[in-house]
Amino acid sequence: MSRDSRPLRPLGGERTVRKEEERRRSVFKRRAFILGGVQLGAFAFLASRLYKLQVEQGARYATLAEENRISARLIAPPRGRVLDRNGKTVAGNRLNWRVLLVAEQSADVNATLETFTRIVPLEAHERARIEREVRRRRRFVPVIVREFLTWEEMARIEVNAPDLPGISVDLGTTRLYPEAEHLAHIVGYVAPPAEADIGEDPLLELPGIRVGRAGVERAHDRVLRGRAGSVQLEVNAVGRVIRELDRREGIPGQDVQISVDSDLQRAIRGRIEEGTSVVLLDARNGEVLAMASQPSFDPSVFNTGVSGAQWRQWTASRSTPLINKATNGLYAPGSTFKMVVALAALEARVVTPGERVNCPGHMDLGESRFHCHNRNGHGGLDMRQGIKLSCDVYFYEMAKRLGIDRISAMARRFGLGVDLEIEIPGVRRGMSPTRAWREAQGRPWALGDTVIHGIGQGFYQFTPLSLATMAARLATGRAVQPHLTKLVGGRPVRGARAEDWPSLGIPDRDMRLVRDAMWAVVNEEGGTARIARLPAALGAQVAGKTGTTQVRRVTREQRERGFRVETMPREWRPHALFVAFAPHDNPLFAVSVVVEHGTSGSMAAAPLARDVLAEAFQRLRPGGPGTQRVAGG
Amino acid sequence: MILEKRLLARDRGVGLLNKFWQVPWLFVLLVTTIAGVGYVALYSAGGGAPEPYASKHAIRFGFGLVLMLSIAMIDIKLIAKLSWLGYLGGIGMLVLVLLVGNVGKGAQRWIDVGPIQLQPSELMKIMLVLGLAAYFHRASWERMGNILFLIPAGIMILIPVGLILKQPNLGTALITGLVGTAVLWAAGVRWWKFAALAVCIGIAAPIAYEHLHDYQRARITTFLDPESDPLGAGYNIIQSKIALGSGGLWGKGFLQGTQGHLNFLPEKQTDFIFTMLAEEFGLVGALSVLALMLMVVAFCFMVAFRSRHQFGRLLAIGLGTNFFLYVFVNVAMVTGSIPVGGVPLPLISHGGSAMLTTMLGFGLLLSAHIHRDAELGVTKD
Repeated sequence: MSRDSRPLRPLGGERTVRKEEERRRSVFKRRAFILGGVQLGAFAFLASRLYKLQVEQGARYATLAEENRISARLIAPPRGRVLDRNGKTVAGNRLNWRVLLVAEQSADVNATLETFTRIVPLEAHERARIEREVRRRRRFVPVIVREFLTWEEMARIEVNAPDLPGISVDLGTTRLYPEAEHLAHIVGYVAPPAEADIGEDPLLELPGIRVGRAGVERAHDRVLRGRAGSVQLEVNAVGRVIRELDRREGIPGQDVQISVDSDLQRAIRGRIEEGTSVVLLDARNGEVLAMASQPSFDPSVFNTGVSGAQWRQWTASRSTPLINKATNGLYAPGSTFKMVVALAALEARVVTPGERVNCPGHMDLGESRFHCHNRNGHGGLDMRQGIKLSCDVYFYEMAKRLGIDRISAMARRFGLGVDLEIEIPGVRRGMSPTRAWREAQGRPWALGDTVIHGIGQGFYQFTPLSLATMAARLATGRAVQPHLTKLVGGRPVRGARAEDWPSLGIPDRDMRLVRDAMWAVVNEEGGTARIARLPAALGAQVAGKTGTTQVRRVTREQRERGFRVETMPREWRPHALFVAFAPHDNPLFAVSVVVEHGTSGSMAAAPLARDVLAEAFQRLRPGGPGTQRVAGG
Repeated sequence: MILEKRLLARDRGVGLLNKFWQVPWLFVLLVTTIAGVGYVALYSAGGGAPEPYASKHAIRFGFGLVLMLSIAMIDIKLIAKLSWLGYLGGIGMLVLVLLVGNVGKGAQRWIDVGPIQLQPSELMKIMLVLGLAAYFHRASWERMGNILFLIPAGIMILIPVGLILKQPNLGTALITGLVGTAVLWAAGVRWWKFAALAVCIGIAAPIAYEHLHDYQRARITTFLDPESDPLGAGYNIIQSKIALGSGGLWGKGFLQGTQGHLNFLPEKQTDFIFTMLAEEFGLVGALSVLALMLMVVAFCFMVAFRSRHQFGRLLAIGLGTNFFLYVFVNVAMVTGSIPVGGVPLPLISHGGSAMLTTMLGFGLLLSAHIHRDAELGVTKD
């Protein structure tokens, strides 16, 4: 027909062409059916594969998809407060305005920081830290630029917000201690958790979380910390949060109320000098009303991290501000221990109250001579006079009759050298030795050792806290233990009532005798602590006992050369101690005072104890101005 | 003479209109439906917006539709005559792309042709079908048995396969080889020759493997078992299976697929678009898409059966097989059944080159359908 079709013109005859075409067609048809069958089979395979994945294993893959998409995160609950006995916050949370930078929202991080520096100056090292964190973290994770903004700084940032892409202001919390150094030894402080802490509570992995490191903050850390809440977030493949799916609020930390009166504490701390500790207990139940140790420190420093210089200064200082001397300072009790020896002697029936012991001014034991503080001797005196005049020879004699084990056993009943279980971790228990203990060290126990222990020297080493406990037990005859906690989460703690504490099991007659002697110390002519009498207006009388303990042995030679304490270097002078309770006939308060190198218990410690008690009566005495404060306490 | 020409011209005009009416509009509807599914999938892949994928997809499909219908109007005789030119052109572009082409992800090579990036390997598969159909369309049964006659056909397949392997793009090379083999099969190459080829490959492969370096072997192992490397090559497949499986029977709902929308699913607009669909529409949706694809393949076979010339038959069966292989390899890949990558799902995946070559192929198919009765049945011994 046309030239176009010429190459396609049949070469064979018309019949051959048709025959060949038929052949091709039939072969093709057969083969195409097979090919089609294979392809259909392949589709069937795909369908079965999909069925297997989507129906048979669908549930498993659905779980995997959920795991992919949901990320659970913890939310930090607010930390509970610590309140004083009047409900005043002594450890609270302060709102902390922070500036955060999200790198991915800022076109140019450097430019943003440059602008920010013009509004709120940043130190070079702060700048370096921010840049380092921005590099290290993923671009949508906020980095803290600055904490503890003032209101003014915050306002300036907010006003300039349009020029600060990626910058946002965020509200966090930080621990606040309104009483600062006044209560640092009691309340303790918080700090970031150590590596070792992490793992016990998932909450501790959160950035910015703080744990109690000392004092009440540490003792009640679990209660104060609360329980972490959780939030379920939908995240994408790179971990960016898309939306919040579910939120379970945590349990906020519970408040803890302690027995300390922060105003009283402040007043006492204002009265004492370096090296002095004072413990004031509610004699009836052992509540700590005040506990002061000078010097102290500012606990909020630990919140943000202590600088190396500060730490070195604290630890190198001889005045050891970090150490609470009231709970961790160990002092020989000296004459304040004599009531314990007296009660041990009465209980062991090695003496009767009326038996007179002659004091010639010393006691000879073998080749050793043990002096009384009164060189001329007291003459013959009974037990009451022995305590009132603090005769050493009388108690040398008692100790000799008793032996060390019976004295120490009585000491432990008064809370001396035992664990008092107060809610401050790391408290020292002191030392009440026994013969077996000494012999276990491979040293014999000589009678001379026993004698000096009769006047509270030798191995006896107690904390001001345990001396105050002894005073409270002398006052009440019950085994009260010092404690700080009044309420945890609004619930009272056992031990608030006097009846909660068991009796010491010492006959009333004996107790009355010792108390009367202690009353005489303060209130009778010739008593060693007449200076400790309270102003008559308070209508209460003090029963107490002085103590003066040498820190350096004075030789006879020195004494004969007229060596006097007044001319000694300060750190050689004896410690001054005083223990007391008041009112003597219906005790409310028990107190112990230790003045390091105070020279004389009656001159340095007793007047201080008097002032502390006077302060306590004015503020806390039932029926007085502060009745309701102590009610139920 | 002039009048004759004029009459012929009018006749042609009438013929064109007539041809237009002969277009199988049900097939056009089928193709449009699949492209519509693609629009929906890409709308979801774009985070529930027509940008950046779905709207482009629609525009490309519009162009593709015009291209398809235009080619459908071309006389099959002209197509048969130009087949060689197309084949050689395809080879030329493959060579060109090796010399000057851009290398992208997955080592796909393309050439920038104006606004679109053309992947010659996609085009080559269609050109190979054309070339082989033209080569075989007049061959007699006797001639098909002559091995000397088959050698040029084998070379016609091996040249593009080799060039595509060199890109390197194993997936497309494999499909190209299989498409060529399918045409040989349909043309009537003897049974035993395929069996012999299979045996040869079966023997040669282990020997070749023995002679490879350790690092080359390691590459093959990862290629064959990507799940042995869950953070690298295996990550995509594992996430794809999670997405598919979690879709369940009815799916998570349109735009509700977590794996896709939270970016756990990689390449969701291209290779893994089927996964995205199956996650959101479940097994029901996945099987529906497969059914639509199967209908396209079935239409190709129907065209082949109804063609009265071998050229049309081989062209239709070749194009049908090409389409089938696209779908099969893609779905088998996303279900973790075979370890090949880089093969899009035709008409649904985002990508201009694949869309245009697919529509080009359909245009040729429609031409074969419209000109099924053309006088082309000439035998050569």
